[in-house]
Amino acid sequence: MGIINNINKAFDHRVRLGIMSVLMVNEHADFRALKELLDVTDGNLASHAKALEQAGYISVQKQFIGKKPNTKYVVTTTGKTAFKKHLDALEKLINRNQ
Amino acid sequence: MESNKYLQDLCDIRTMMQKSTRFISLSGLSGILAGIYALTGAAIAYLLVTNSPRSYLILDGYIFRLVLLDLFLVAFLSAATAIFLTTRKAKKNGEKIWDSASRRLIINFLIPMVTGGLYILIVLNQQKYGQTGALMLIFYGLALVNASKYSLGDIRYLGYTEIALGLICAMLPGYGFWFWCIGFGVMHIIYGLIMYYKYDKA
Repeated sequence: MGIINNINKAFDHRVRLGIMSVLMVNEHADFRALKELLDVTDGNLASHAKALEQAGYISVQKQFIGKKPNTKYVVTTTGKTAFKKHLDALEKLINRNQ
Repeated sequence: MESNKYLQDLCDIRTMMQKSTRFISLSGLSGILAGIYALTGAAIAYLLVTNSPRSYLILDGYIFRLVLLDLFLVAFLSAATAIFLTTRKAKKNGEKIWDSASRRLIINFLIPMVTGGLYILIVLNQQKYGQTGALMLIFYGLALVNASKYSLGDIRYLGYTEIALGLICAMLPGYGFWFWCIGFGVMHIIYGLIMYYKYDKA
């Protein structure tokens, strides 16, 4: 199914969809902001972010602000293209089924 | 069934994109009140000036200071009301009052606003008073247009209106006071009412 209709399995989850949506319209987002926006636990967010990072769709920048560690996420070019394709696919599927 | 899930996905995407970039809990009621404060303040200033022994304004004069205080009170009350009502609405909407979206909104609003404020002070110091009303309207309009990208799109039109009023005002010296009343008083009440019925009531 995945191959035929272009639905990207990497985005087939609420949290991952959320992370990508936020990063598509913001230059970057840090861990805390994402956590509050998506309303998820640390572990949950971390594991989904990791999955997207491994797929090469987002990149992670770790840095220190003062003494606090800060994790920043940025969408990669690959990620942008993949997400747009995914959106197109969603749209087509919905149009076809209506 | 599948189609419903994908539709839900699209809805989630839309919500997340909007929530992470726009702060939408602006209160229409605070716009109406800001307009009423502005008109009240203007009436007080008008009475102060027309009842003064001189029929013109001098800087550093007693009346001028009172008018400045009046203006400051209007600005302060409007800001305080906006913050109070917006916080209340954000709580009701489950929106964070101080997150990256609201921060961006404030910063983008304040850049033209502070620039304009400083510019007006500089010009006033050079004894050029004629354009103050026009400048306030123009810079406030620019601030609204700039901020509208990070909030409800409707405030963009209020911004356009203020800019247009400011430019017309600049061409008609001597009517600054009346344009100020229309821009900061009447327009706030009209747009506040529109936003109130469109968003607050719903």
